[in-house]
Amino acid sequence: MTEIIQLRPGQPGRPTQAPVRADVKARLRARHRGNARYRAYGLSALVLASLFLIVLIADIVVKGAPAFVAHRLMLDVQLKADVIDPQGKRDRSTLLAADYMALAREALASAVPGVEGRVAKKQLNDLLSSGAADDLRDMVVANPKLIGSTPSVPLLLSDTADLYYKGDGTAVVQGPLARGIATPSGTSGEITILSSSNDFAGQLVDAKMALLARAAANRAEAQRIGKLKYEGAPERVAELEKSALELEQRGSAPAEEEVLDANLPSMLVALNGGLVKIAKFGNSSATGEVLVPLSSSEDAKPGSWRFITYTTAEAIRNVSDRSVAFLEKLKSAGKVDKAFNWRFFTAGDSREPELAGIRGAIVGSILTLLVTILTALPIGVLAAVYLEKFAPKNWFTDLIEININNLAAVPSIVFGLLGLAIFLNFFGMPRSAPLVGGLVLALLVLPTIIIATRAALKAVPPSIEEAALGVGASKQQAIFHHVLPLAMPGIMTGAIIGMAHALGETAPLLMIGMIAFIVDVPKGLTESATVLPVQIYLWSDLPEPAFQAKTAAAILVLLAVLFVMNGTAIWLRKKFERRW
Amino acid sequence: MTTWYIVMTLLLTSAAFYVSRRQAIFVAGTRLSDLHSLPIYHGLLASALALLSMLAVLAIGLPLANRYAEHSAVSKFSDASDPLQRSALMRDVQNVVTGQHSGEIAVETQAAAAAYSAAITLGERIVLGAGLLIGAAAAYFGFGRISVRFRARNAFEKIVSGVLLACAAIAALTTLGILFSVAGETYRFFFDPHITGKPGVFDFLFGTEWNPQAAMRADQGEISTAYGFVPLLVGTLLITVIAIMVAGPLGLFSAIYLAEYASPNVRGALKPLLEILAGIPTVVLGFFAALTVAPLIRGWGETFGLNVASESALAAGVVMGMMIIPFISSLSDDVINAVPQSLRDGSYALGATRAETIRQVILPAALPGIVAAFMLAISRAIGETMIVVMAAGLAANLTLNPLDAVTTITVQIKTILVGDQEFDSAKTLAAFALGFVLFFITLLLNYIALRIVNKYREQYD
Repeated sequence: MTEIIQLRPGQPGRPTQAPVRADVKARLRARHRGNARYRAYGLSALVLASLFLIVLIADIVVKGAPAFVAHRLMLDVQLKADVIDPQGKRDRSTLLAADYMALAREALASAVPGVEGRVAKKQLNDLLSSGAADDLRDMVVANPKLIGSTPSVPLLLSDTADLYYKGDGTAVVQGPLARGIATPSGTSGEITILSSSNDFAGQLVDAKMALLARAAANRAEAQRIGKLKYEGAPERVAELEKSALELEQRGSAPAEEEVLDANLPSMLVALNGGLVKIAKFGNSSATGEVLVPLSSSEDAKPGSWRFITYTTAEAIRNVSDRSVAFLEKLKSAGKVDKAFNWRFFTAGDSREPELAGIRGAIVGSILTLLVTILTALPIGVLAAVYLEKFAPKNWFTDLIEININNLAAVPSIVFGLLGLAIFLNFFGMPRSAPLVGGLVLALLVLPTIIIATRAALKAVPPSIEEAALGVGASKQQAIFHHVLPLAMPGIMTGAIIGMAHALGETAPLLMIGMIAFIVDVPKGLTESATVLPVQIYLWSDLPEPAFQAKTAAAILVLLAVLFVMNGTAIWLRKKFERRW
Repeated sequence: MTTWYIVMTLLLTSAAFYVSRRQAIFVAGTRLSDLHSLPIYHGLLASALALLSMLAVLAIGLPLANRYAEHSAVSKFSDASDPLQRSALMRDVQNVVTGQHSGEIAVETQAAAAAYSAAITLGERIVLGAGLLIGAAAAYFGFGRISVRFRARNAFEKIVSGVLLACAAIAALTTLGILFSVAGETYRFFFDPHITGKPGVFDFLFGTEWNPQAAMRADQGEISTAYGFVPLLVGTLLITVIAIMVAGPLGLFSAIYLAEYASPNVRGALKPLLEILAGIPTVVLGFFAALTVAPLIRGWGETFGLNVASESALAAGVVMGMMIIPFISSLSDDVINAVPQSLRDGSYALGATRAETIRQVILPAALPGIVAAFMLAISRAIGETMIVVMAAGLAANLTLNPLDAVTTITVQIKTILVGDQEFDSAKTLAAFALGFVLFFITLLLNYIALRIVNKYREQYD
C-alpha cells in the first residue's frame, strides 16, 4: 500500500482525497468480495462432498446396525426321548433325523397357552425360525445326555418377529384403566363385551378422528393426482373423492357404531388375562375376536381392564395383530432375549433372512483375492521392473506403456467380458469359480500395481544402483538385490490399494457367473463361490425387509475391511517413506 | 491332478536346485573362487530349466488330454455330428462325471461318462509322466553343463530377462485379448450367417428400439426382436450428463479450494475424505442410490406434483456424480498444482486478488488438464455398472426426461449375460457388441485425455 492512504485527510499542505478514491474503494471491496465468494464456493463444494460421505455412511450404519443383533426366545424345551430317539440307540443318524421343530413348537405352545384354531396355531408357530430346530439338533447331537431333560434353550425367532422387537412393527399404546364393569360373552372366538359405563366412548372418538384423517389424506392425494395429466387420473380422482366423502360422513356421526378395518389403528381390550381385538363398537359395547384367550368369562372389575391400541394399521405392517399379541405376551413374560448375531458371520447364504450369513461370501472373497495377489503381484512387479529398468526405447515398449495407461481406465465390465470369452469359453474353466474371478481381477488391478511399482522404483535414487554396479554387480543383481528391496514399501502400498480395489469390485464377477445362490462355504479354487460385493448385490435385490438390514450390515463389514486395508497402506507409506 | 502336478514340479525344481548347487561346489573343489558364477546360480539355472519345461508340458498337455477325453466320450454317441448338439451332450457327460446330474441317466451318456473318466485319467497320467521326464531331462541338461568356466549367471539372467519381458507383454496381451474376444464376437453378431435374428450394422447404430429376445425353443416361433442402440446411448449419456453436472462444479471447486486456498492442515484433513469417497465400492453406492436417494427424489417429486419413476435417471445420475467427484478433484488438483508458481506470482504482483488470479491465470493455464480430467470422469461414468444396475431401469425408453427410467449400455450387458445363456444366439452376441462399443468409446476418451495431459506436462516442464 502506498503512503497516500496512511495520510490523514484534510491536513494542510497535503493533497486532499480525490473523489475517484471512493470509486476505487468500492471496486476493491467488490473484488475482495469476489475473492471471498470463490473461497466460499470451494469450501462449500468440499463440505457438500464430505456431507454426502457422512450421510452415506450414517444411512448404512442406521440400516445395518440392527442386523448385528438377533432376538431369541428363552424357552424350557422338553427334550422328550420318545420324540427324539424312541429306540434309545442314541446313534448319530437317529439324532440328526428327529423332529426338533415339534419340540420347539411344544415349548412355545406352553409359553402361550390356550391358543386354538388352525390359523392361530400357525401364526404362533410362524414366530419361530426353522433355524430354531437346527440349533436344537446341534445341541442334542453334541450332547446326547440332554435327552429327557428340560433345559432352557434360546430359540431363534423368525425375521418378522425379530424385526418387530427391533421396532419395525407398531407402537403399542396402553390406554387408561376402564371405569366400568366389563362383561365378556365368552373366552374365545367371536365375543361381545358390555361395559357398565361409557368406557368405549373415548376409543370411539379416536376411531372417528382416524377416519377423518384418512379422508383428509385421500383428498390431498386426489388433489395431487388431479394435477398430473396421465391416463386414468380422472377416474382415480373420482374414486378417492368418493371414499373421502364416505369416510367423512362416518367420522362426523359421533354416537354411531363404528366398524374397524385393517386400514385403521387396531384397538384391543385387555381383560381377564386375555386380549380381544375390536371389530365393531359403540359407546358401551364392543364385538371382536379373541386373540389371546381369556381365563374366564366372569365380569371384570373397574380398574382391572383397559384398552390397548396398535397405532400402525394392520394393512401397512408385516406382522399381524395376533402375532403382535403373542409377541407382546412373550415379552412381558420375560422370555425374549437379545444377543449378538454370531450366525451372521458363521453361516452361509440362505433364503431365510434370519439364517443368512456372510461366511460363504467372505471365504469366497479370500480365495479370489488369494488368486489375484498371487498372479497380479509377481507379474505386475516384474513388468514394472522391466519397463522401468530394462526396456529398450523402441516401439514395442511404447506400445506396452500406452496399453497399461489405457487398461487402467477400461471399464471393469469389459474385463468381465474378457473373462467370459477367454477363460470360460475358450479355456473351458469352471463358471462361478474363485480361480477365474481371481484371474479377471488380477488383470483388472495389474495396471494399478505396475504404475505404483514404477513410481516406487523411480523414487529410489540412481546412486544406489550405480554403487552396486561400481563394485561389480550385474545389472540384475543391482536391481534385484538393492533397488527392489528399497522400493518394497511403495510397492506394498500400491499392492494393498490394488487389492482393496479388487475386493470391492462386482461387475466383472457377475459376468463370469459368480452370482449363483450358494449355501455352502466354498472349499476350493474351482468350486462355485460368491464374493462379498456380489452377496451385497444379491441381497439388495430381495424383497424381505430383513434382507435390507443384512445388506447394509454386509456393506459395513466390507467397508470395515477396506478401511483397514487402506489404513494399512497409509501407515506403511508413512512409516517407510524415505526422503533421499 | 493339477495340484499333484504343481507339487511334483516344486519337488523336482527344488531337487534340481539343491543337486546342481552341490555339484558346482564339488566341481570347484577347494578353490571356490575359480567358479565363474556363484554355486547358487548353477542351482538356479537347473531349477529354472526344470520349472519352465514342466510348466510348458502342463500348458500344452492338459488341453490335449481334455480334447482326447472329449473325443473318446463323443465317439460313444451314435449321433453327434452337429457341434451344438455335441456341446450339449458334453455338458451332460460332465455333469455325470462330477455327480451333479439329476434324474435318469441315459445308457449312452453313462457309457460316454465312463469313457470320459477313463480317458481323462489316462491322459492326466501321461501328462504327469511326460512332465516329470522332460523336466528331469532339462534339469540334467543344466546339471551336465556345470563346470568352473560355465557362465551360469549369464544364462540364468537371460532367462530372467525373458520372464520380465513376458510379464510386461501380458499387459499388451490383455488388450489384445479384449479385442480378440469382444471384437470377434461383435463381428459374428453382425456377419455370421448362422446367427438368426441379427440386425444390420446400420439398424444397430441408428435403430431407436431395443428389445433383445431369444427364442429358447423352436416351437416358440418368431419373437420380435430389435437391436437399436440409440435408446441405450441416450440413456447412458443422460445419466452421464447428470453425473457431470453434479461432479463437475463440486469437483472443480474442491480442487481450486484445496490447491489455492486451503492451509496445509486443512488440506491434510480434507483430502483423505475425498480419498475415502473414491474408495467406496460402487455396489455400496448403488445400494444407497436405489434404497435411499431414489425414494427421496420420488418423495420430493410427489410433493411438487411430479410423476417420478421409482428408478429415475436422476437418482442414478446424482449418486454417480458423487462417485466421480474425487476423480475430477484429484486430477484437477494435480494440474492446478502443476501450474508454475511464477505465473501466480506475476499475477499477484500486478495486484490481482486470488480469485482473479485463479479465474484469469490459473484456470486458463490448467484448462487442457482440466478438460482431460473431465474426459476421464466421463469415461468412468459411461463404463460404471453397479450404480446403474441397481438404481436405473431395464426398459429402453428413448427419453431425455431425467425423472423417467432409462437404461444404459452396461445395464444391458449385465442383464443379457447374467444367468444361463446360449453362446450362439444373437442376444448373447449383442452384449459383446455393446461391450465393443463401450470399449471403443472409453478407449477413445482415455487416449485423447492422456495425449492432452502429456502435451500439457511437456509445456511446463
